[in-house]
Amino acid sequence: MSVLNPSPTGLQPILKPQAHHAPGNFITKYIFSTDHKIIAIQFLFTTLLMMIVGGALALAVRWQLAFPWESMPIVGPWLFAPEGGQISPEFYTMLFTMHATVMIFLVIIPILAGTFGNFLIPLMIGADDMAFPKLNMLSYWFMWPAIACFGLSFTFAGGPAAGWTSYPILADLEQAAPGSGTAQTFWLLGVTFVGFSSMMGSINYMTTIINMRAPGMTFFRLPMTIWGLFITAILQAFALPVLTAGGFMQVTDRLLGTCFFYPSGLVINNAAPTVGGGQALLWQHLFWFYSHPAVYIMLLPVMGMVSDMLSCMCRKPLFGYKPMVISMSAIASLGFIVWGHHMYTSGMNPAVGMAFMVATMMIALPSAVKTFNWTATIWGGKVQFNTVTLNCIAFLSMFIVGGLSGIFMAAVPVDVYFHDTYFIVAHFHYVLFGATLFGVFAAIQFWFPKMFGRMMNEKLGKTHFVLTFIGANGTFFPMHFLGMQGMPRRYADPYLHGYLEHLLPMNQFMTICAFVMGAAQILLFINIFYSMFWGPKAGRNPWNATTLEWAAPSPPPHGNFDFVPMVYHGPNEYAVVNGDKDFLMQTEKECQPAKSQSETETTA
Amino acid sequence: MGKGWCLFFLFWPVAAVVSCAMAPWIGWSFPYDNAQAASNLGIRIDGLFYLILIITAIVFIGTQAALVYALWRGANNRKERADCVHGNHNLELIWSIIPGVILLFLAIYQMNIWADFRIKKYFPEAAVKAPIAEITARQFEWRFRYPAIGKILQQKPQPDDLYSVNELHVPFGKPVMIQLRSDDVQHSFFMPALRIKQDALPGLQIPVWFEANKPGTYDLVCAELCGWGHYKMKAHVIVQSEDEYQNYLKTLTEQQFYDGLGKIAATENNSENGSESEATEK
Repeated sequence: MSVLNPSPTGLQPILKPQAHHAPGNFITKYIFSTDHKIIAIQFLFTTLLMMIVGGALALAVRWQLAFPWESMPIVGPWLFAPEGGQISPEFYTMLFTMHATVMIFLVIIPILAGTFGNFLIPLMIGADDMAFPKLNMLSYWFMWPAIACFGLSFTFAGGPAAGWTSYPILADLEQAAPGSGTAQTFWLLGVTFVGFSSMMGSINYMTTIINMRAPGMTFFRLPMTIWGLFITAILQAFALPVLTAGGFMQVTDRLLGTCFFYPSGLVINNAAPTVGGGQALLWQHLFWFYSHPAVYIMLLPVMGMVSDMLSCMCRKPLFGYKPMVISMSAIASLGFIVWGHHMYTSGMNPAVGMAFMVATMMIALPSAVKTFNWTATIWGGKVQFNTVTLNCIAFLSMFIVGGLSGIFMAAVPVDVYFHDTYFIVAHFHYVLFGATLFGVFAAIQFWFPKMFGRMMNEKLGKTHFVLTFIGANGTFFPMHFLGMQGMPRRYADPYLHGYLEHLLPMNQFMTICAFVMGAAQILLFINIFYSMFWGPKAGRNPWNATTLEWAAPSPPPHGNFDFVPMVYHGPNEYAVVNGDKDFLMQTEKECQPAKSQSETETTA
Repeated sequence: MGKGWCLFFLFWPVAAVVSCAMAPWIGWSFPYDNAQAASNLGIRIDGLFYLILIITAIVFIGTQAALVYALWRGANNRKERADCVHGNHNLELIWSIIPGVILLFLAIYQMNIWADFRIKKYFPEAAVKAPIAEITARQFEWRFRYPAIGKILQQKPQPDDLYSVNELHVPFGKPVMIQLRSDDVQHSFFMPALRIKQDALPGLQIPVWFEANKPGTYDLVCAELCGWGHYKMKAHVIVQSEDEYQNYLKTLTEQQFYDGLGKIAATENNSENGSESEATEK
């Protein structure tokens, strides 16, 4: 299929990916694969593996907060023999630093862009593969140097300990903290490698979505998932270079003494006074210029996927497709001018803080519009309560909390109190765990049949969902109260301070919930690995969904489609009247009259 | 089955609302006895907090209830097919404009508080003229430098300056200003009782003003990760009457400059004050 098909709508010709041959042996098929589906699965397993690492780090953090300075069970005596099994404060700072790093850079961003971006973009727009298959492979293989760097950083003085935000001077000068030596340099290299990986991915996604849509697939017929991934790719392409540059400046500060970020005359740990002329605030601007859009990079694809999944599971068209697209774009564009709300207390000019406050208040609006549209999508639908739906509803229910607590944080005077307390920890866990990860659980369940050709187990899925949902709320909701009490984050032992002494029981309750939640993830892994081999076989379209990927065989062969996909409709044509079935696939021109065989059934 | 799930999704918002409503009575709200800020500005900030809390609580209850009700209807939908609705222009307008107006109102409403709090033009004049102390954060302690009695705080340390560590005394009932700086890495000056937080940025001196309205001993902690000992930057701010405050400064002067012969050698003393101050502490 290397001919250039003229588009029936006359909108754009279809471009084919750089020709690549069907894979031959095991190595080119499964390891150094250029097939977007295999790369997606590689990303999936890598990120799931990293989720175990990140989760274990989080549980260690929770252990210290619930049972401060007590010997950690099982791993404690083995890891910290000299300290009698207890976590040292140096190690504690490393724990939360690496928990955030692993979860953000090695789990959430790659599972969204890497796994679902890779898998869904060509399938949903009706393309054979990505525009640049080799670049795609390289994007996956750049994850491993990053993982190696992060892993190596553990071996130097316990690991980087300056928080995932890596604020100078703590991260900039070797003498500032035990983990600020070689470990920090490796950490920065790791971030740079992840950055390269995402950059290659995002260029590929943009090119593919712009140039390789099937005939008839106009921009406003793209599924919301693709819109989410497209806008994410744009965000990444424009914001990431700033972080990479900033990270590189920090590396040169550390290795070459360029002093971008440290001023003169600091006496740290009795070392000789620094000679510099830099400004620590510069890093915060560079860092948050990337890392605030990164928050949306970690959310927009899920918003898109949930829109498609909810619409399918309620058998109802998505309510307000265009407002959804517009609000997503509004979030993305406003996302570039709100980074300063991380810096209200940083010493930045307070008047600038006021401008950032107005922009931040306004960014709540498109999120609210999206929430109302999702609720309206459910309204009047025929809701099927399966694991996918439940996880989507959990997404919505918890996103509301994360969104609303954001308003407190946007209000400058209130944020001054909540900044760097557990209130903010509650807020971003509601968004990143509550919204993003529940969306990801739903998406795994939903697209698993397309990835592996087999369905996942419903009972295991529902049990996993219930335990995770209860565990997540039990862990993260009380964090709001800790924040109200003024408990600062990143404290190895908050109970040292009189006004926080009474918070120990609450922290113990949260830790128990966190362990329940952690244990529940075992069910997810069992479900995935069991269903991969022994799940019931899925046909082409097990969910009776409408988008293009469900017209392809499950799992799709090399080249994806066994026919030339043509697109006639928008992405969520459910509840069609006068048809033999209640949905109309994007490839179907019009619905069959009732009681005749549909196209999907014959091809299945 | 569907109804069971609806109840499941109803359960946790109810638990959340109940625990939030209980919070002020069981000590889960703002810290200290009656959860009230110890400064007038802090009380205004709390007021803004409660305003946002009321608005978000209404939105939270409304959206969660709508969600559960929509699910409930969806679970009992006896029709053969779902409603074929693609959207509604008027609804979109309504639910864009109403939240938009509320958010804009909140944005404008809080500007005054922020201006009084942090914008230097609006700082109380008396406080700006005579900053009471310079606070230096370092790994992992707070150091305070007061000017000698009757003098004004200078940019550079003076021979007759008074020093203390991890214990700041301030008078109540009048606005005071401090100069915040850091010796090594970034720290953050956080006084929960007064709702004040300001990062100490190496290389900068940042003015912070506050006015405590009742006496007491309040915690001062560090809120910006500053190394392994971040959690143990424990200090106290003792808010006392003007007389007690002046007495404290006198005692501090006596302790610091007592020459062993029963004389106060404040003006003649040019020795290193920092080391002495540490000895006098505790």
